[in-house]
Amino acid sequence: MATDVRADERKDPKLSDTIYALSSGQPPAAIALVRISGPAADFALRTLAGHLPEPRVATLARLHWKGELLDNALVLRFRGPNSATGEDVAELHLHGGRSVVAATLAALSEVDGLRPAAPGEFTRRAFEQGRIDLAEAEGLADLLEAETESQRRNALLLAGGALSRQVESWQQRLLQLAGQVEAALDFSDEDDVAPLTPTFAVEWTALREELAEWLRRPAAERLKDGVRVVIAGPPNAGKSSLLNVLAGREAAITAASPGTTRDVIEIPLALAGTPFLLADTAGLRETTDEVETIGVVRARTIIEAADLILWLGDPRLAPPGAIRVHAKADLGSPAAEVDVQVSARTGAGLDELVRLMIHHSSRLLPREGEVSLNARQRGLIEVVEQALGEADGESDLLILSEALRGALKAVDRITGRAGVEDMLDTLFERFCIGK
Amino acid sequence: MSLKFDILVVGGGHAGTEAAAAAARLGASVGLISFDRAQIGTMSCNPAMGGLGKGHLMREVDAFDGLIARASDAAAIHYRMLNASKGAAVRGPRIQADRRLYRKAIHDLIEAQPGLAVVEGEVTALRMQGRRVTGLVLADGRNIASKAVILATGTFLGGKLHFGMKGCAGGRVGERAATSLAHQLRSLQLPMARLKTGTPPRLDGRTIDWAGLERQPSDAGGWTMSPMTPARGLPQLFCAITRTNTRTHDIIRANLDRSPLFAGEIQGVGPRYCPSIEDKVHRFAERDGHQVFLEPEGLDDPLIYPNGISTSLPDDVQRAMVRTMPGLERVEIAQPGYAVEYDHIDPRILEPTLAIRDVDGLYLAGQINGTTGYEEAAAQGLVAGLNAAAWAGGSSSILFDRGESYIGVMVDDLVLQGVTEPYRMLTARAEYRLRLRADNAEARLTPKAVAAGCVSAERLRHFASASGQREKIETLLTKRCGAADLNQTGAAVRDDGVRRELREWIRFPEVDAAVLLRLVPELGDSPAERVEEAIQDHRYAPYIQRQHSEIARLRSDERLRIPPDLDYAVIPGLSIEMVERLERSRPSTLGAASRIRGITPAALAAILVHARRKAA
Repeated sequence: MATDVRADERKDPKLSDTIYALSSGQPPAAIALVRISGPAADFALRTLAGHLPEPRVATLARLHWKGELLDNALVLRFRGPNSATGEDVAELHLHGGRSVVAATLAALSEVDGLRPAAPGEFTRRAFEQGRIDLAEAEGLADLLEAETESQRRNALLLAGGALSRQVESWQQRLLQLAGQVEAALDFSDEDDVAPLTPTFAVEWTALREELAEWLRRPAAERLKDGVRVVIAGPPNAGKSSLLNVLAGREAAITAASPGTTRDVIEIPLALAGTPFLLADTAGLRETTDEVETIGVVRARTIIEAADLILWLGDPRLAPPGAIRVHAKADLGSPAAEVDVQVSARTGAGLDELVRLMIHHSSRLLPREGEVSLNARQRGLIEVVEQALGEADGESDLLILSEALRGALKAVDRITGRAGVEDMLDTLFERFCIGK
Repeated sequence: MSLKFDILVVGGGHAGTEAAAAAARLGASVGLISFDRAQIGTMSCNPAMGGLGKGHLMREVDAFDGLIARASDAAAIHYRMLNASKGAAVRGPRIQADRRLYRKAIHDLIEAQPGLAVVEGEVTALRMQGRRVTGLVLADGRNIASKAVILATGTFLGGKLHFGMKGCAGGRVGERAATSLAHQLRSLQLPMARLKTGTPPRLDGRTIDWAGLERQPSDAGGWTMSPMTPARGLPQLFCAITRTNTRTHDIIRANLDRSPLFAGEIQGVGPRYCPSIEDKVHRFAERDGHQVFLEPEGLDDPLIYPNGISTSLPDDVQRAMVRTMPGLERVEIAQPGYAVEYDHIDPRILEPTLAIRDVDGLYLAGQINGTTGYEEAAAQGLVAGLNAAAWAGGSSSILFDRGESYIGVMVDDLVLQGVTEPYRMLTARAEYRLRLRADNAEARLTPKAVAAGCVSAERLRHFASASGQREKIETLLTKRCGAADLNQTGAAVRDDGVRRELREWIRFPEVDAAVLLRLVPELGDSPAERVEEAIQDHRYAPYIQRQHSEIARLRSDERLRIPPDLDYAVIPGLSIEMVERLERSRPSTLGAASRIRGITPAALAAILVHARRKAA
């Protein structure tokens, strides 16, 4: 009986690879979720659990591999296309110890037809199977990558369709504007169709300003990649020590001799829920050492791209906007007024530094509960905003309509859909047209 | 008696005549079959030709040496350029035709066309060999053989007329509805849907009080529908405008229960852009009046077509209703308005050649495909005629794309999206509208027509001379000048210190033909319309430039072929709705698939992957 089923599953005409991965965070954790997606998902689940549970019913199962008990786990199965990826999906909710997870993943790697998922592959499958639209797909991908609490919340807003709904509302307003222009062009001999109303220009400008406002919002990437903080200053000012104590681990090499840090070291970390990307730089000074020269050049580049600089040098030479830090509070007083004094050795003043960093970062990060745009979406919204901007105040209906066409095309690329028919719908709803 | 043609065309309306003439121009022997020879070329509805989008189609058909524009000029008693004050892309040439003269002009053109014979008779059946058409059978028993058949039969499929609550079978008033052919088509199991359309009552112009009505005279200027027409030839009449009012609306409202539309007698879907007066009064209850154009039907014909009040109300209500309007207080109705319901074939079963995908040698053109309008019908006739002749002669298809013509826009819309209401051309449907103008149809399309071999020596001469004029104008427009030079001629352009070629200055709206003529008097040697054409080419040049890359992308997606037998149902991720739409339209390329409504980029990726895998 079991072999028949196996043969059937292997003959599936849609046969593509079946993928698996640990979908929750790195163990150890209370629960680890392993997800399997593809035509052999049922086969894999049956192989480990010994039976196939009812779809969509959480079932307790003893997972075995080659006679060894792997775990007592909660298992779930979903039949495609009604699953997250649109394919058959199995979920194993394991106890989250490192060894349990490692053994289960090792077992799956030996199951016929299964291979480990590439990063983002689950989302890509869901997208390719039409289970989610592009905006939602991007939201989910970010969700999977999210590590801090605020990242997760932003990703949820996207995945829940908040961005899609916003774009739809812009799309509707663009369609309304297009409907007015097209009515004036295609039905100019109808007495119900007046030339554009004064409200047209008002609506046009209002939409444009709203889009510009969105573009001024902090980018989603900041939330994902973190606020770029660069620790800068002359050699031996204690930059690497500060980095290490902030990161809580030995990431950079510290030594008493100047010029030790030749490369740029970047460490992602969350301080009180805010994501930061901390970079230590080679000491800023002219040098003849070739390797060190490269490091210094790269450091300058990094400083230019920084969101926030922690300046450890002479406070009077600090770049504008930098947080002036005296990093060796335990060894004496600063040469001039600083914003904060810390000691990497004793940890004194660190809380105050973190408070300052979070304060300075708040304008760079999306507010809680506010949807933000990623680079692709931002690019498309820019196209819309520019199209509206270029034709703002234009009186030639043809140019107005060409601008709206470009704008609608860009909006379509965020969520898909819409076309001439949707514009005509708004037109015929509004005007009494026809002879 | 046994007859034999390369191509048979059924129906002598605007699609049928254009199809027959186009096929004959390509050298095919063509039989045009009609119930009644005298009815060939009849304008069955509004006596007007052209307008927005429609005028564009006419000029495009004309660029292929089609009939419709030349016949319109021969019958025009009123010329009007719609949107004359707007950019040329949306200027729509339109004429009122004398019905009788129009029909005569078509008869003359058909008669003069070598290789084209009219056969009078009623078609009862297609001759088939499996799913291949081999000719036709007529009611009198005649068998006619042919390589291809073009059906341009209008609303004959399941046609039902509604005069008030009385329904009866028929196509147009006074004509039979072809029924046995309809039976056979149904047995081919082609997908069909029901549409409706309506006409207004025809008024006796002698009983209208014209004195108090606003008049709309024919346009001044000498433009014609076809550049091959040397000059306007007929006396020009005026149209007049009256309005409905609250009394009109009260009468309509009180009798809505006697309108088959509202009593649920009519199931077909009507056009949103051409609602009946019942619909207008019902849906836009807050409006206290609607404009009605009174259009003459001919020079020595008293009939007047009141454009704007198509209706299916009973006769007595129609009379009471029209008599509430200014100028119509004592009007007599010569023929009441009525609604027509009919079946059309879902055009998504067609190739872009208008051939049915899985019946060899059978083409459909005109209203049978769910369109409305003479111009839409004529353009489809051209496409079907050219392609049936090319197919019968073993040469390659003559395809039109969206970036090059309204014809391409319409065919693409029909075969990919199908129709949900009678399809009418609008300039809004053309995404590359800025380049698809009525005034550059010849420049756009005649080279293609010449390559296809379907233009006369006379047209060729005209095209060569016009091309020469275009080149000369382009050369003159390369003259460089600064803002000061333009200011002197009265064009108040801002001086930014840049000297530009004149053709670049044209982007500034202040620079018009008068300014150019003052700077370059030699431009006056070319016809004014040719200079205007060049101005319009350059005015929108930056926008058109931008569209170039878009069109290039469109054409590259058009090169990705999708196998005709691709099984969409097994492609993972396509929704049931998508699979249904794709199976109905069977797009031949990925570009075509991308234009089907509701097909997402993800779906396209899946289709592409699947098609590639199948090909591998």
